[in-house]
Amino acid sequence: MYGKPSTSRTDRWLAATLQLFTTITVLLLITIVGFLCLESWQLISGSGQNTGIFALLSGQDWYPLEGKFGMGPMILASLAVTFGAICLALPIGLACAICLQFYASRGIARWFELALILLAGIPSVIFGLWGLTRLVPIIGSWQPPGASMLAAILVLALMICPTVALTTTAALRALPLSLTAGSEALGLRLPTQIIQVYLPAARSGIISGVLLATARALGETMAVLMVAGNVVQNPSDLFSPVRVLTANIALEMAYAMGDHRGSLFASGLLLTALVWILSLWANRASGQRLLRAPYV
Amino acid sequence: MNMALSTKHGLLALIGLILSCSTALAASDRLSLTGSSTVAPLLLEIGKRYESLNPAVRVDVQTGGSSRGIQDARMGTADAGMVSRALKPAEKDLTPFLVAMDGIGMIVHQSNPIKALSDTQIKAIYTGKINNWQQVGGKDQPITVVTKAEGRSTLELFLEHFELKNSQIKPQVVIGDNQQGVKTVAGNPGAIGYVSIGAAEYEHARAVPIKLLPMDGKPASVAAVAKGQYPFARELNLVVKGKPSKQLQDFIAFAQSAKVNDLIDAQFLVSPRTVTAKAKAGASVGASQAKQ
Repeated sequence: MYGKPSTSRTDRWLAATLQLFTTITVLLLITIVGFLCLESWQLISGSGQNTGIFALLSGQDWYPLEGKFGMGPMILASLAVTFGAICLALPIGLACAICLQFYASRGIARWFELALILLAGIPSVIFGLWGLTRLVPIIGSWQPPGASMLAAILVLALMICPTVALTTTAALRALPLSLTAGSEALGLRLPTQIIQVYLPAARSGIISGVLLATARALGETMAVLMVAGNVVQNPSDLFSPVRVLTANIALEMAYAMGDHRGSLFASGLLLTALVWILSLWANRASGQRLLRAPYV
Repeated sequence: MNMALSTKHGLLALIGLILSCSTALAASDRLSLTGSSTVAPLLLEIGKRYESLNPAVRVDVQTGGSSRGIQDARMGTADAGMVSRALKPAEKDLTPFLVAMDGIGMIVHQSNPIKALSDTQIKAIYTGKINNWQQVGGKDQPITVVTKAEGRSTLELFLEHFELKNSQIKPQVVIGDNQQGVKTVAGNPGAIGYVSIGAAEYEHARAVPIKLLPMDGKPASVAAVAKGQYPFARELNLVVKGKPSKQLQDFIAFAQSAKVNDLIDAQFLVSPRTVTAKAKAGASVGASQAKQ
């Protein structure tokens, strides 16, 4: 707790309520992680040839009914698809935000922002359906089978692009007016202002937006499930099908029993850990930059 | 689905607890069914409808595979077992009651000129030994092999029918449910897949560009499955040890009546009553049905 205990009654009530909610949130998280651990423990701690955490993470074969639980290819696929989607969505999202904030006329900007909000709100299964019935056949007519890592990356990029654009816009909008006044006074051209002043100043906001988008991409299930082909293999090229961890859980959970079920909980645990590491890392990155940025 | 089942189960357990606390009679009006995850969703729906017609009775459905259904019915831990196959000779101590049929159809894109494939050809395609339609008399076009995710009963029947292990299959696309399979094949002229026959027929009738291939020269259709003429099908049974109780008899009669036909259709399964009662349909279970 920061600051001295307040004497105001309202303050104390507020503090108590906030503490209660915070505790509930933390307890929920602990319960979820604990549950995941409990369900997958038997498999993670196993010492057999195909069990144990090392075999799970590095194994190449996923044939749960034959007792093989290698998740290596799916971990790589999850990371590759997410990375690809971010690589596409980040520049486009940034461009959208810059255009929206600095170049578009008022009327256009309003409609464009509305369109972005709408796009951000479309349920992922719609993206998946569109990908499956339109995008996959197009890719398939060029490089069969069509259901591929490329399709997954494109669909995901389309999904997270508005998130990046909207959070970046918000970050740019939140910059103090003194920055604009200062750069104008220096006689900087608009592109220079944007690249040298506004974007660096809004960096932490942009990074948290990208983190949000990354977490969404990593956790996305339905859209990827429908277009990625779901074959368990290492991602080798853009046109071959891959299966991501989330899709694996969704595909098999309904019918899994015993160790198979445990292995799916283990992949859930792994996903949680990945998101955790990601947010920890992004948190540190944005924090350090925040300290270094002289503007804020 | 498991989630839904367990939620339902939890609810039922709660209700059961409350009922057993309030009235001692409640316990005897409870039917427990365990077994195959293919049959469970159907029985869950049938159970719901039965409960709404007979408010005093609770139907409790749990999954665990056909073997658990057999075991539980034998041991008496469940009132009836759900088994997604015909009973084996060693299981003659149990009485089967046919509830529905499940057939699998091989589907290709409508534009594919292939008329039929032999079992050997399908096996070669799925194991990656044949990878171009030209090799089986079609166009020069790479084959996209579509298979189901591990644990699905359709995959299980497919593997069993072609005597394959899942690790032998070399797929290009792995799908979850039937709809996804139909859409994947419809969107890819070089694809081959297998789905529940009911789902394929339903989509085909709605002008989705897919084609059902005959198996062993037998046309793939719901009617053929119901008549027992289609080789790539299986029975979905309720199995009971000894003489079923009055309550259970009543429930089985309900599950075998035409009152549940819409539920069977909704699961893309085949009702054994799709054809007239005169047909061979119920022959395998005729004896047990006649007893009632």
